[in-house]
Amino acid sequence: MKNFSGKALFLDRSDINTDEIIPAKYLTEITKEALKPYLLEDIVLKGFNPSTDIENMSVVITRDNFGCGSSREHAPWAFEVNGINIVIASGFARIFRQNMFNCGMMAVELEKDVIDRIFSLFAGKTTFVETNMEKMTFTFSTDGMADGTNDSSDGLREIIPFTVSEYDLALVKAGGWVNYADQNY
Amino acid sequence: MGKTIAEKIFDAHHVDSPSGDVDVISLDAVFCHEITTPIAITDLMARGKDRVFDTSKIKAVIDHVTPAKDSKTAMQGKILRDWAVRHGIKDFFDIGRNGVCHAIFPEKGFVRPGFTIIMGDSHTCTHGAFGAFAAGVGTTDLEVGILKGVCAFKKPESIKVEISGTLDSGVYAKDVILSLIGKIGVNGATNKVLEFHGSVVESMTMDQRMTLCNMAVEAGATSGICAPDMVTVEYLWPFIKDEYASKDTHTSKDENSLKKVALEAFNKFTPDADAKYSSTIQMSVSNLQPQVTFGYKPDQVKPVAEMEGTPINQVYIGSCTNGRLEDLEIASSILKGKKIAASVRGIVSPATPEIYSKALDKGIIKIFMDAGFCVTNPTCGACLGMSNGVLADGEVCAATTNRNFNGRMGKGSMVHLMSPATAAASAIKGVITNSELYSA
Ligand code: SF4
Repeated sequence: MKNFSGKALFLDRSDINTDEIIPAKYLTEITKEALKPYLLEDIVLKGFNPSTDIENMSVVITRDNFGCGSSREHAPWAFEVNGINIVIASGFARIFRQNMFNCGMMAVELEKDVIDRIFSLFAGKTTFVETNMEKMTFTFSTDGMADGTNDSSDGLREIIPFTVSEYDLALVKAGGWVNYADQNY
Repeated sequence: MGKTIAEKIFDAHHVDSPSGDVDVISLDAVFCHEITTPIAITDLMARGKDRVFDTSKIKAVIDHVTPAKDSKTAMQGKILRDWAVRHGIKDFFDIGRNGVCHAIFPEKGFVRPGFTIIMGDSHTCTHGAFGAFAAGVGTTDLEVGILKGVCAFKKPESIKVEISGTLDSGVYAKDVILSLIGKIGVNGATNKVLEFHGSVVESMTMDQRMTLCNMAVEAGATSGICAPDMVTVEYLWPFIKDEYASKDTHTSKDENSLKKVALEAFNKFTPDADAKYSSTIQMSVSNLQPQVTFGYKPDQVKPVAEMEGTPINQVYIGSCTNGRLEDLEIASSILKGKKIAASVRGIVSPATPEIYSKALDKGIIKIFMDAGFCVTNPTCGACLGMSNGVLADGEVCAATTNRNFNGRMGKGSMVHLMSPATAAASAIKGVITNSELYSA
């Protein structure tokens, strides 16, 4: 399984589309690695600078209908090669969501009010998300450690449960749909 | 309980249900183009699984950037071409015979009612016009489709869209779908199938139904579907008539009765009267005006009248949405004997060689050229900002395409989506304008 914990990147907008995530002009690349510098290059989001704000981030938190538009799997790949294997949102476009799980990555949907709460508590602060795949929980914290071991008392801490279907979980565990289909069909 | 079109198709193709809400279905066709398929091919090779499930069910085309514009796009074409040759994929369309995927595959008769189709392209929903379940997928789904002939989908829920009324002259399928997307929003149909019904859809040609279904994904839909009817049979007749003639062993060989037999077979994929829909949308188009988008999302839609006078730098007529013969005919009827504004660059891209050739025969190409348009070979070209008319920062394009995302046709540019009639009229004026064909 891939890593689903680490520093959180907040993208405070709905309908972020695949052309914003990775513009079509980079679709001529035939390796995933080549996409690395261009992630979110064309995003329209005030105060966000893709060339400085993506480094060291591991978890994306965003709003509704994330990944709408083209079917390009270059979008999940561009995240993957930047060390981001999970996007948490209040909603996803179907193809993007499926592409994530097909790659053994995660696209986790949370209720809109939960996402609102996460944004109001953590956006703008250095936030870590610890994903526990057994308990199916995210631990959001501002107290420093990705593994949640720091118990500094002034830090914010929230434990948020999530659900992933049995099938999606099987894809994540198998490392993606090619492996899964190969074992099963 | 009654079933929707998508549910009937899923029932007929069921392979597995790996969890409650997911079905694995068998595929009748896997379509491929040179942008998303080469990575799937390379990955299959790396895994030692360079195989295809059925060479006759795989159809491939080089369409997005053709002729190749640089070494990288040349390599994408080469990987697809070599693969097609290696596996003996006979329906492979290379330069000289190639056109925009969602125009050329239906034109060749590859789409049938009840079919399941995937492609590594979001506008695969276009083929639902034939009563097929056709959905865009990513490269991994495509890879498994190529290898195993299966794909996993959530059990399809459908939204019934009832389109009634009469379209005014100068108002088209493009205006209908733009207006619908404007109403329900860019995720109004996410994870759902849009099933189109009503007298307006019934009286549409296949070209128009394809325009309608093409943009279903812009509302988030998995697919757009029209029920198959006699219009579908007539379109497909050249491809299916032998099949039905050979079935007809005892009775008369009268073509009309054979067509009725075909229709009956296709009727297997019309919805039941008591089918269950997640919702129903009633839409009357009687007073619908020509529509145009104004922002960076396809649901930001207004009547053209409210955008009249907006300056444009380029007009692009083409794409899988509106690059078919009817579209070129409509645009040329407006352009005939006129010149486009000196401030505007006009580009027309017939979607397939057959469309191009028929447009030549009908004098349509000459009208475009006389008006000052550049006529390109069939390709996606400028639609996705990869070649043949990429815009500069700050420029504006009036386009018959389907997507107006920020940067879509070139970084920093703006795209206004509209019908071919509106695009042609706007080319002449040099600003967005209603066509003279429109009269309320
Ligand atoms: S014409 Fe445009 S929308 Fe259609 S397949 Fe080509 S790039 Fe995609």
